[in-house]
Parts: sequence; structure tokens; C-alpha cells
Amino acid sequence: MDRVLLSHGSGGEETHRLIKSLFIKYFSNEELNKMEDSAILKSPTEIAFTTDSFVVSPIFFKGGDIGKLSVAGTVNDLAVMGAKPLYMSCSFIIEEGLSLLDLERIVVSMALEAEKSGVKIVTGDTKVVPNGFGDKVYITTSGIGKVVYRGLSAFNLEEGDCIIVSGTVGDHGACIFSQREGIDLFTELSSDCASIWKMVEPLFESGVRIKAMRDPTRGGLAGVLNDWAESSGVEIEVNIEDIPVRKEVNGICEFLGFEPYYLPNEGMVVIAVEEKDTERTLEILKGTDLGKESKLIGRVLKKAKGRVVLRSPYGARVVIEKPSGELLPRIC
Amino acid sequence: MRKIDLIEDFRSSSRIRALLRLIYKELDREINIMEVCGGHTHTIVKYGLNQVVPKGIRFIHGPGCPVCVMPKERIDQAIALSEKEDVILVTLGDMIKVPGSNSSLAKKRAEGKDVRVVYSPIDSVRIARDNPGKKVVYFAIGFETTAPMTASVIEIALKEGIRNLFFHINHILILPAMNVIIDRKESNIDAFIAPSHVSVITGASMYNNIVEKYRTPLVVAGFEPVDVLEGVLMVIKQFKDKRREVEIQYRRAISWDGNRKAQYLIERFFKTRDSFRWRGLGNIPVSGLQLRKEYEFMDVEVVFSEILPKGNVEDHQLCICGDILRGVAKPTDCPVFGRGCSPINPLGACMVSSEGACAVYYKYGAVDG
Repeated sequence: MDRVLLSHGSGGEETHRLIKSLFIKYFSNEELNKMEDSAILKSPTEIAFTTDSFVVSPIFFKGGDIGKLSVAGTVNDLAVMGAKPLYMSCSFIIEEGLSLLDLERIVVSMALEAEKSGVKIVTGDTKVVPNGFGDKVYITTSGIGKVVYRGLSAFNLEEGDCIIVSGTVGDHGACIFSQREGIDLFTELSSDCASIWKMVEPLFESGVRIKAMRDPTRGGLAGVLNDWAESSGVEIEVNIEDIPVRKEVNGICEFLGFEPYYLPNEGMVVIAVEEKDTERTLEILKGTDLGKESKLIGRVLKKAKGRVVLRSPYGARVVIEKPSGELLPRIC
Repeated sequence: MRKIDLIEDFRSSSRIRALLRLIYKELDREINIMEVCGGHTHTIVKYGLNQVVPKGIRFIHGPGCPVCVMPKERIDQAIALSEKEDVILVTLGDMIKVPGSNSSLAKKRAEGKDVRVVYSPIDSVRIARDNPGKKVVYFAIGFETTAPMTASVIEIALKEGIRNLFFHINHILILPAMNVIIDRKESNIDAFIAPSHVSVITGASMYNNIVEKYRTPLVVAGFEPVDVLEGVLMVIKQFKDKRREVEIQYRRAISWDGNRKAQYLIERFFKTRDSFRWRGLGNIPVSGLQLRKEYEFMDVEVVFSEILPKGNVEDHQLCICGDILRGVAKPTDCPVFGRGCSPINPLGACMVSSEGACAVYYKYGAVDG
């Protein structure tokens, strides 16, 4: 089997051939194909710019792989700021010995994922580190998007605003945990890894008043809500029974001692919306492929020292702290 | 008939509400209930059961958290072992964050020492097999619940002729600790919710002596909120009926005699120590296990005796873990709770383990206004 060698990252003939036979082949676009030192882009007036690194282990998991994740992750970071993804860069740090077939699988998966949101991968880089100095492959992507919806911010939440999730909570984290070496739980659960642009685009066009939007990756739902509560100085109350959680996710959490709302998603958004627009928001989300399980889970109760409270139907109210001090393996 | 769902049916809010109604109706006195096990503390605080039961029910959090009751000198021993170049130290999750005198296993790992976290103790056999040039030390903790797992790892290692796997045994027994807590009369316990997983192994008849000696109702309950509330209701009914007995609420897992195979494994490889020092409770006679003499060739305390630090190490002077473990203080009574001490930077073990009372209070704090 052909493998990545140190020479593939040396900048010489082998590097060139790898770029041509893999990256240009699958990512092909006018800007990239020129293979200049930087891509020259046409810029809209207001742009969003983001970057993220991906080190997930295992690199292939149910529902995705590190390539799909690295595109979706950056697309999603743009989308939740109201920006339509336009261009991306991708940088590979590859451990010597990775099979070229695996690398091709990853690249194909990135190309497919980029196509879904219409984002172009216009520049990139490849480095190879000696065996033992990395773990198969790390990918860094950066993205530029055109801002189409202004004003989304964690500081916007006010009394009465409603909190919506666009899907079940904790799927990606539970999936990765279950497939880790040393755990190997048998489950049908897939990661929710997906680009959310097509789900949220109709919301931005609909005229509903969205206050804030976030994809709950590391830190999960609890992390997002705590950030919002703190930034806006409000108390957010969530009804525990309304949080949609897959049975498998609950089961895996039970085994490993986690709470679903601390586990990451990679294809779901949390949205804060004005109360009057709640129904319309849910309706729009449910009309999209990814948003079918959207649900209203809680609301902003009052101005207060920022905190998030979980309410049980039998009257208990428990504060959900920011995620901290957990033993988390590499999940994204 | 519909199949029972082992998670959802035991967390159902309609059942929780129904049980609460019965508890309110039946309760006619104040009852201090010690839930011995950290797993129950976790359930009680996480589901806010302490907020919704009548004022007359007071939960006293017990010492049943193996990470919390492990004294610092044992952690220091693990750290000393991890510092040896040819040692791979293997242990379970929470343990690596527990602060010893000057460091923790997590810090040692960051310094480049070979410290590995496993989810199943059996993985230590594989690690030993894959690293024949190293000495693999399994740092074993837990009550009767996990002792059989360690015993079965020993059994497998013997069967496979693995010679580079050693055991640092910190297994402890719950009954002696319960006796000490009652005898000291510091925490006014009227009744017990007894541990679930320990009892799966030992069987519920183990508690007969406690009930006979101290005349306290005792219910072995499961870990879900419906289990705990049903356990509380059974305690209340014992008082009303003037009964004092051991009852099993957790019937789907617990028998009177327990798991004989697991008991045999414990018996085969371990004997009781004369005494074991518990954090917060001090020395308790016959409360710990150690390897039998014929297996001392794999006993870390024998093989590595020369490098293990000796002597007791006291807790940080501001930390009140000891009082919390004896049931005489709540986490919120501690001056450093949530300020100098949090899960990111724990001073004491109660803030480290997910079953530790402080960590549970921190993570699922009650709404106070």
C-alpha cells in the first residue's frame, strides 16, 4: 500500500505531484488551480473570517471523518455569525506513514462537503512530520464568508427570548467516545457532523429576528448557554424534558458518566430568537433536511447574574455550570 | 406487556411526582437519611431531589466515594511509582487528577511520565503484554464493586503467564466505615440508603448486623431518581410500622446473597488488612484489602517497597473533605468551596471524583433564589 513519506512534504517533486494528483484533482477551482503563493479573491464589503484545527481520533468515525469535520466545522463557524461561506484554506499536517488511500478518502470527503455549501477551497499547505510526531493527520481550515445577516451576538439576549436547538444533543461526542480505543461500545449511533449553512440560510432570508446562534461544539449545549447567559447578563431556564437526546446518546452517557448537554455536536445549532418569532423559526428549521428535530427547549427568564438553570417537571431547579475539569479525549 | 426501560422508566417525572406525593402523605416525623454511596449523592443533587422532598427529610452524604476517601499518602505512592523510568502506571479516570502532596498523576503525565487511563482494568493486561520491557503497575481503587474486576485481571495475568504486571491494591470495604460513622455519633443518622453496586456483589444480607446492632432502617436502593425516592418511601414506612429491617428496593439487580463468583474471586486473591487509613475517617480496622501472601510477587507494596514513600499525609488545612466524608458538613459549609477549590483546581478529593459531594454540588448547584 502506498503511504505518505517525508518527501511528500519536502516541497519538491513529490509534494508537487501529491498536490496535483490529490488536492487540485478534488478541490479544483479557478483560484486554487493557479497554484500561486496566495489566492487572489474578490471580496464582498463585509466579511467574516474564522479558523479552526482538527485533531479528532479516530480519523474515520460513523457519520463522518476528519476531512468532512474540518470543512463543516469552519463552514458552521461562518454560518452562525450570519455569513455565507465563500472561500476556505486547508492545511494538512500528516504523520509519515499515513496511507495515501486514507488521505484520498479524506480529501474526497472534504470536496463533497465543501460542495454542499458552495464554498471553494482556494489555498492550502501540506507538511509531513516523522512517524511518531503526530497522530495520522491534523487539518487546519480557515474560512471567509460574506455577512448576509448582521448583529448576531452572545450579548443580545433579553427577557422572554426563546432558546431553540435544531437537533438532538450530544450526538458527535457520544459517537466519538463510543468508538475510541479502549471503549469500543457497539452502537448504531452516528456523528451529526454536517454543514449547517443550508439549514440556516432560509432563516436569514425569512425576516425572523434572531438574537444569537452558535454551533455547540466543545463544551456542548451547556457551554453555549452559559456563554450567552454570562455575556448578556441573564438567567436562562431550560426544561430538561424538552432537550432532545437520542436513546443511544443517553446510554453512552450512562456508561461513561457524562451529561449529553456537555457533549459536542458538529451539525446542530442553538438559536436565541425573539418570542414572537419562535413558531416561524421552528417551522422554517423543520422544513430543512438537518432541522427536522428542532425544538424549543427554554427561555430567557430575567436579567440576572448570568446562569443557566435546568428545570424538572416535578419542580427541581438545578444550575448547570460551565463545562470544566473533564477528562476529554480528542473529539474535533 | 411493555418492556421496562432501564433508564427512562426510572427517571420518569410522572413516577417521581407520584412518589413525592406518597412521601409527603406518609411522612410524619423528621428523618436524617445517610446515602452511603457517592452515586446516590450524585443522583440526589443532579435531579434536585434534595430540593423537592419534604423539609423533614435530610440527606446526609456518606463516605462511599473511593477516590474521595483515598488518603494522600496512597496518591503519593502512585506518583512515586510513575516517576520510575521503567514503570507504566495504569489507573481509572478520576484518579489521575487527585492532588497528592506536591503533584498529581496528571501532572506527572504532562512531565512525560508514562501514566495511562483505562476504562476497563483488563486493558492493563494488554499494556503489560505490549510492553515486555516495562513494569506495568495497576493502581486499583474501589469498594467491593471493583475488587472482583481487579481479581479477575490478576487471574488472567496468571493464566497468561504475564510477569511484568503489578498491583497497587487500595480496595476498601464499606461496612467497617458505616460502623465507624454510626459509632462516632457525630452525624445523627436515623436510616440508611445503602450502596447499590457494592450490594450487587456482597448481597443485602451483609447489612443485617447494622440493623440489629443500631436499630436503623436500611434500604438498598438503585441509582436512578425513582429508585432513590422509592427507597426514601420505604424508610418512612419502616418508621411508621415500627419496623427496623434491611429491605431491597433495587430488586432488579440485588439478591440477599450477592454474586458468589465475584465473592470467590475476592476471597481467592485478597485478605483484609489489619487497618487502612481513610481520608476523613482515619484508621479503620479490617477495612481494606491486600493481596494474599502467595501473590506477593505481584504486590507493589512488597516488590517496590523501597521506593514507596511511608507515613501519613494530612489534608490541606482549609479543606474540609474529612468532615464532609463523615457526614458532619456539607460542601457549601467549606470556606474555599467554589473559590479556592473547584474541579479545575481541586484542593481535596471530594472536588475531584464525579461522585465526590463537592464536585456534585459544584456541577449541579441548587438554585438558591
